Amino acid sequence: MVVQALAFYLFATVAVLSATAVVTVRNPVHSVLLLILTFFNAAGLFVLLGAEFLAMLLVVVYVGAVAVLFLFVVMMLDINFVEMRQGFLNYLPIGVLIAVVLFVELALVGAGWTLTDEAVAVLAQPTPVGVTNVEALGRLIYTDYAYIFQAAGLVLLVAMIGAIVLTLRHREGVRRQNISEQVKRNRADTLEIKKVPVGRGI
Amino acid sequence: MELLWDGYIEPVVWIVAKILAIVVPLLVAVAYLTYAERKVIGAIQLRKGPNVVGPFGLLQPLADGLKLFLKETIIPSSANKGVFIIAPMLTFILAIIAWAVIPFDEGMVLADLNVGILYIFAISSLGVYGIVMAGWASNSKYAFLGALRSGAQMVSYEISIGLIIISVLLTTGSLNLSDIVRGQVGGIWEWNFVYHFPMFIVFIVSILAETNRAPFDLPEAEAELVSGYNVDYSAMTFALFFLGEYANMILMSGLCAILFLGGWSAPLPFLEFIPGAIWFILKICFVLFIFLWVRATFPRYRYDQLMRLGWKIFLPLSFAWVMLVATFLVVFDKVPA
Repeated sequence: MVVQALAFYLFATVAVLSATAVVTVRNPVHSVLLLILTFFNAAGLFVLLGAEFLAMLLVVVYVGAVAVLFLFVVMMLDINFVEMRQGFLNYLPIGVLIAVVLFVELALVGAGWTLTDEAVAVLAQPTPVGVTNVEALGRLIYTDYAYIFQAAGLVLLVAMIGAIVLTLRHREGVRRQNISEQVKRNRADTLEIKKVPVGRGI
Repeated sequence: MELLWDGYIEPVVWIVAKILAIVVPLLVAVAYLTYAERKVIGAIQLRKGPNVVGPFGLLQPLADGLKLFLKETIIPSSANKGVFIIAPMLTFILAIIAWAVIPFDEGMVLADLNVGILYIFAISSLGVYGIVMAGWASNSKYAFLGALRSGAQMVSYEISIGLIIISVLLTTGSLNLSDIVRGQVGGIWEWNFVYHFPMFIVFIVSILAETNRAPFDLPEAEAELVSGYNVDYSAMTFALFFLGEYANMILMSGLCAILFLGGWSAPLPFLEFIPGAIWFILKICFVLFIFLWVRATFPRYRYDQLMRLGWKIFLPLSFAWVMLVATFLVVFDKVPA
C-alpha cells in the first residue's frame, strides 16, 4: 500500500504542477507539452484506480491523437510574444470577473452536492468483481446502452460531415493524379511507333 | 528490517534484474540489426558490406557505437535547449518501455497486463512526440519539415494498425498478449496470418510506415530534407534516435509475430521440444528480414501517394475487414467467450 500511496502522490503532484505550468509558461509549445504531461499523469491515476482500460484510452486518444494535432497547430503559429503581453492589463479585469463568476458557480454547485447511499456503494467499486475492466465497459456500452452509444456516434458523424462541408473547396486548375486511370492505360493509348522517312521528319 | 527486505528490496532487485535481462539483449540486437542491415543490403546489391573490423566485420557495430560515444554533443545556439535534449531521450525510452508486456514464452513476460496490446498501441502512439519535439526544438526548416512529415505519417498509419489489431482481437477475445498467442498454439495452420492474410500484408506495410522505414522513409529523404528531424543532432543524442528507431523496428516485428505468426508457438506440433523463446526470436528475425529486403528493393514513395495509400486504401480496407470478421463471428456463432 505504501508504494501505491507514493505513486498516487507522485502522479497527483506532477499533474497539478504541470497543469499550473500549462497556463503560466510563456511559450505555447511548452504549454502543449506540459498539457501532455498532465494527461499522462491523469492516465497514471486511472491505473491506480484500477481503470487500466480508461487509462490506455486516455493515452491513445488524447495524448496520441488530439494533442498531436494541437501541437502541430501551435508549432505552426507565428506568435510575437512581446505583442501578446501588451494587452494583458487591459483584459485583466474581464478575465478576473469571468474567473470569479465561474468559481462562485462551481462553489454553489459543489456545496449543494450530496451523494445518495446507492451512489456511494457504486463509487467504492469501479468495476464489478470478477469481470475485467474491458468487459465491464463493453457490457455497459454495447449491451446496456447500445442505442444511446449509436446515437452518440451519429452525432459525431454529423459533426465530422459538417466540418468537412464547411472547409471543402474545389479549386480550379489543380492537377490531380488519378491513379486508377494511370494503371488502366496500356501501350496502345500512350505510344505510337512511326517509321520516319530519312531527311523529311514527321 | 526483514519486512523491508522481503516486502520491498527483494522484489525491486528481481524486477531490475528482469528489466536488464530484456534491455541488454535488446541493445545488442539493435547493434547487430544495423550490421545485418548493411550485410543484407550489401548482398542484394552484390557488395560485401562491412568486413574490415573484426572477423566478417562483426565488430563494426561496436566501432560505430564507440565513435558516436566519443564525439562531441553539439547543441545549436538557437535551439530550444530543454526540448532539444529531452526529445532523443523520449524516443529511446518509449522504444524500450514497450517491451515490458511482450511475452517471450509461456509465462516469460515482465508485466502480464490485461490490456497489453492497448499498452503497446498507446506507447507507440507516443513515439511521434520525440520526433516532432526534435524537429521543433532544432529551430531549423529542414528538421521541422521532416518532423511534420513524420508526425503526419505516423498518425495516419496508426489508424489502420489499430483497426487491424481490432480484427485480430475479435477472433482472440482478449487484449492480453499471452492470450493472443495461446489462441494460436498448435501449428502453423492455427496462426492468425492464415485467417487474416490480407490484414497481415497491410500490417507489414503499415509498420514500415509507422517506423519510418523505406519505402516510406520520407522524414529523412536525404535528397530533399538532408536527413529530416535529426539533422541537427550529433554524437549520443543522434545515437539515441538511432537506437530508438531500430528498437522500434524490432518491437513492431515482435508485435507482428505475436499477432499473426503465433508468438512463441512452434510451426509444427512435433517441433515443440525447441524452447518457445527461440521460435519467437526466429519469427522476429523473419519479419526484420522483410524490413531490410523491402528497403533494398523498392524506391521511395512520394508524399501524396503515401497519404493516399494510408487514408484511401488501407483505412477502408481494414474497416471492411473488421466488419467482415465481426459479421462472420456472429453469423456462424464463433464469438470467443
